Amino acid sequence: MSTLMSGARMLVECLAREGVDCMFGYPGGVTLPFYDVLYDHQIRHILVRHEENAAFAAEGYARATGRVGVCCATSGPGATNLTTGLVDAMMDSIPIVAITGQVSTKLIGSDAFQEADTFGITRPCTKHNYLVKKLDDLGQAIHEAFYVAASGRPGPVLVDITKDVLQGQGHYQPVASVHLPGYKVFTEGHTGQIRRAAQLIQESARPLVYSGGGIIAAGATRELREFVELAGTPAVNTLMGLGGLPSSHPNFISLPGMHGSYAANMAMTNADLLIALGVRFDDRVTGRLAAFAPHAKVIHVDIDPAEIGKNRAPEVPIVGDVKRVLAKLNKLLSEAPPTDEKLSAARRAWWRQIRQWKEEHPLEVVKSDTEIKPQHLMGEIDRISGGDAIVSSDVGQHQMWAAQLIRFNEPRLWLNSGGLGSMGFGLPAAIGAQFAHPEKLVFAVVGDGGFQMSIPELATVASYGLPIKIVVMNNGYLGMVRQWQTLFYNNRLSAVELDCFPDAEKLAGAYGFKGRTIDKPWELAPALEEAVREPGPYLLNVKVSPLESVYPMVPAGGAINEMVLGPPQPVAAK
Amino acid sequence: MLQIISLLLENKPGALMRVTGLLSQRGYNIESLTVARTLDPEISRMTIVVDVETAQRQQVIKQMNKLINVLQATDLTDLPAVVRELVLVRIRTAQESRAAVLKEAEIFGGRVVDSSTEGFAIEVTGDPEKLGEFVDVMRSYGEIEATRSGAVVIALEAKRLRLQPPVPTRAGGSKVEEPVA
Ligand SMILES: Cc1ncc(C[n+]2csc(CCOP(=O)(O)OP(=O)(O)O)c2C)c(N)n1
Ligand SMILES: [Mg+2]
Repeated sequence: MSTLMSGARMLVECLAREGVDCMFGYPGGVTLPFYDVLYDHQIRHILVRHEENAAFAAEGYARATGRVGVCCATSGPGATNLTTGLVDAMMDSIPIVAITGQVSTKLIGSDAFQEADTFGITRPCTKHNYLVKKLDDLGQAIHEAFYVAASGRPGPVLVDITKDVLQGQGHYQPVASVHLPGYKVFTEGHTGQIRRAAQLIQESARPLVYSGGGIIAAGATRELREFVELAGTPAVNTLMGLGGLPSSHPNFISLPGMHGSYAANMAMTNADLLIALGVRFDDRVTGRLAAFAPHAKVIHVDIDPAEIGKNRAPEVPIVGDVKRVLAKLNKLLSEAPPTDEKLSAARRAWWRQIRQWKEEHPLEVVKSDTEIKPQHLMGEIDRISGGDAIVSSDVGQHQMWAAQLIRFNEPRLWLNSGGLGSMGFGLPAAIGAQFAHPEKLVFAVVGDGGFQMSIPELATVASYGLPIKIVVMNNGYLGMVRQWQTLFYNNRLSAVELDCFPDAEKLAGAYGFKGRTIDKPWELAPALEEAVREPGPYLLNVKVSPLESVYPMVPAGGAINEMVLGPPQPVAAK
Repeated sequence: MLQIISLLLENKPGALMRVTGLLSQRGYNIESLTVARTLDPEISRMTIVVDVETAQRQQVIKQMNKLINVLQATDLTDLPAVVRELVLVRIRTAQESRAAVLKEAEIFGGRVVDSSTEGFAIEVTGDPEKLGEFVDVMRSYGEIEATRSGAVVIALEAKRLRLQPPVPTRAGGSKVEEPVA
């Protein structure tokens, strides 16, 4: 039994069956048949104002929910515009499916109008990609795309579909199964290695959990919490892993790495056992690899076998789903005999040491009487959020201060471009997140540079009436680059000054919503409260002290315990 | 050092591009690469020789195995295996050296595949190092052109090919519905 329909309708049918409720895109010549089906279909198509933002919005949706985000673009420029978002999703392991139109099969290779080799261009930008030239292959490709995107280590998958396939008529038969004989998904984790891990944990005097985005992707936050409590370990969460453990949890230290806290980096450096959970020993976390966690044995749990041993060879490698592995470890730990007195004393000393590091150099909300400090801004957003708001950040100094100072009680609240560091991510990702969670408070925390990369999306915000609170941390500079020029290039500030920024009230007003600029510290709390009270969108332009730099900072190539703790004279840590 | 990889690959469009793309993307230098169908026309066998640091060898294999069209990637560098390559040499040689050239070809187990007054075309198979020597010897007799095929390898011990089973989709194949309008 089957039904006769067009390829475009089949495509939409497949998307609906995958549970797609909304998608982000931009139409064009070859996707016309697809848009014609969407015209009166229940799937909601969100018209963004640039395809790059369709991909970022799909990521925002996926990051905020864990479900596959969907974006689409036409052939040629539409498809090439998606690429930054695809690479972004690749680097951060975010499940998205991108649908692109391609010129008709018989025109492929003829340099036809709006022809680009999307399949070739996006090969290194995706976990896997497809070029569909036959109607019979369409359903299979779509369902495979969703399966590949969401399973194992998640990632972006692109399906490029020729116009003749979209226009063709065929018999639709639901695809009951997909068969990818070479695609292995590792889940369970080796029992023997898990036992060895439990053993090492029980013997360790200075254990530390180093957990990342894998915890969030696996939905393993409950298991992680149980684990740190059972094992009695302190924990750092990477930039991608914030919210993996509630920020208020007593075992949580903070973020490690280049702009991580003193306590987190000192704990990494002095631990005798690193329990690495869904992390990839990224260079922004490890600093100089040879000097990273020099005293620690490493237990590394990851679903991607290629991550294990890539940068640091672990003593105990465990390939598996971190949720299942942690559940097994928790069972072993809960059955284990209590630690002996000598070890317990060593553990108490370790905790004392960590508390001392925290007290010596806390991450502080700095304030001034005359100007708004960036840290003050993040402190106020934190106060209003209370750990419950979605914060979608752009890339730069504001991202680092936000990560340091805003708390997250849950996973999937902190959205940021971690691996690729794509400016222009913050606002479109917030749009995706707000569509996923219409009832939630969503902040887009962006810099004055990155905001100007995503200004076109103010139209999307306005036209769908999304109540996003856009907070621009306006320092008048490409601040993060300015910071490096100040510190490492003799303060020769080259091409970093943003001397023109639009009037926020007029800009937002032009789109029909409220906006305001503030620069006095006493205006900050009331202005943020006003923004949150406003039922619709709000653009709050916050002028902050222009020359503030983010600390602590590990200079490029340095060991993470060699932090610069603040201006003016660099103070080397012990 | 040179690493010899044997790869079983689904014969799908773009599969070759994925492998070569991966090699250049990760900065691995390709020494040689050959590909052809296996007995099963749906599957191709590739032999890849890459120049990588020893510590990187495992990583190369893991990255290959992550490619969805790769069914199996095996590092045969240190395993029992036979490596062979073919070279075709065209040599222009003077009348008086012809006999000597034929003698040398014979020593290397070569076969003359074309002969003319100008010289010969000779085919030799052997392990890649041997072929290098053959090419050097031929060069000493005159002007040559050589085309090498790149190494092909076969493991001497069978490795079980583990394939993944089909997985159900969310489409629910059994029930057939009218498209949602
Ligand atoms: C697309 C893109 N281009 C360039 C960069 C390099 N870069 C990193 S941070 C930064 C400055 C960002 O400035 P702004 O948005 O004002 O944020 P701030 O650092 O001032 O908080 C730049 C240019 C980048 N990350 N992404
Ligand atoms: Mg700025």
